[in-house]
Amino acid sequence: MTALAALIRRDIRIALRVGGGALIGVLFFLTVVVLMPFAVGPDLALLSRLGPAILWLGALLASLLTLDRLFMADHEDGSLDLITMSRTPLELACAAKALAHWLAAGLPLIVATPVLGLLLNLDMAATGAVALTLLAGTPALTFTGMIGAALAVTLHRGGLLMAVLVLPLSIPVLIFGVAASQAAITGPLSFGAPFSILCALSLVSLIVGPFAAAASLKHGLD
Amino acid sequence: MTLIDLANPTRFLALSARVVPWLAAATVILLTIGLYQSATAPDDYQQGATVKIMFIHVPNAWLSMFVWGVMSVASLGTLVWRHPLADVAAKAAAPIGASFTFLALLTGSLWGRPMWGTYWEWDARLTSVLILFLMYLGLMALWRAVEDPSRAARAAAVLTLVGAINLPIIKFSVDWWNTLHQPASVMRMGGSTLDKSFLIPLLVMAVAFTLLFVTLHLAAMRNEILRRRVRSLQMMQASQKAA
Repeated sequence: MTALAALIRRDIRIALRVGGGALIGVLFFLTVVVLMPFAVGPDLALLSRLGPAILWLGALLASLLTLDRLFMADHEDGSLDLITMSRTPLELACAAKALAHWLAAGLPLIVATPVLGLLLNLDMAATGAVALTLLAGTPALTFTGMIGAALAVTLHRGGLLMAVLVLPLSIPVLIFGVAASQAAITGPLSFGAPFSILCALSLVSLIVGPFAAAASLKHGLD
Repeated sequence: MTLIDLANPTRFLALSARVVPWLAAATVILLTIGLYQSATAPDDYQQGATVKIMFIHVPNAWLSMFVWGVMSVASLGTLVWRHPLADVAAKAAAPIGASFTFLALLTGSLWGRPMWGTYWEWDARLTSVLILFLMYLGLMALWRAVEDPSRAARAAAVLTLVGAINLPIIKFSVDWWNTLHQPASVMRMGGSTLDKSFLIPLLVMAVAFTLLFVTLHLAAMRNEILRRRVRSLQMMQASQKAA
């Protein structure tokens, strides 16, 4: 347990320091959201209708952008080999790393959401709904993305290949995340059903992600 | 690659060389019967002649999921038993499965245009099959992106098993979400709701398409084994030249 806590602390510290790159995700999120009015025009009514979708897309892309650092840096300096060989089960170590990554890179996205909601003309309730769905949904993005990150590090390929592999897996999260936020803002449909499915997706990925990532690290690293 | 590693594939090549012509002949016969029966099947009282698209669409859709199932079993073979042919089977199946999925989407949208009034609808069944198609393409990209076949095999196996989660979602999407795509009518509790004049051609076509897959898959596996042999021979030649 102390080993896992130490791993989480170490990962967060590295991510927040110079060269860690966790906060680049937030900057990217901001940039994507700012780009949208240029693409669809500065129509505030339209922006507030598209707002949840824009925020969700931005968060998805931002979390994808920072994900390939999850194992890559550790692989380069050799600490990934130590983690693989240590007595802590690799699945738990992977889960700890993903948790640390979510705390360092995913949580700032949610904190930034209210500010970005202002730019998109979302009211308080809508912003709260989007932030709540992001809070429930981004763990799923991180934990399924971890599978792609593990594959990327064993294949020495990152970037586009990882995006191609991970994005289809994240489509259900996007669907239910946006559906839940839309339901909370406008919809006649209930907020509970899509939100529960979103939570279920996160819980499933909490189990599947570490096992799949650990399997690909075990079989892939030489 | 040692001779022992090649021993099993050699037996596979000998066996498949004898089996493939028979399978191909059976496929041709069944496809002929199935297509004839589909063409002569009566028009539906609501859908008219467009119901005949179903005889192509449904087998393709079944196989798009069946092929991923085969690949998942093969992936278990790669990761658990390290069977030398398992990754060949998985790799050879992916383009075939992608083709079936594409054809299922294409025929579905051709049928949807006159029936639903739209080529595409973001319905749960359609979306989940589209995700399946994207995952097939991603797997194929993964195979192409990595030079070392065994390394690519293990990575692809993990991804295939993760993607298998999508299969029950596709199967039950029409029950879980009440959307445009009609619910299951052939394989359901309490027997099929299809009339015999539609059910028999459909089942014949399903068997024919499955045989088509098995034939194509065995042929593609043979090609893949031969391709790997050519590759290792070329590498041997190159290293001899270098030495």
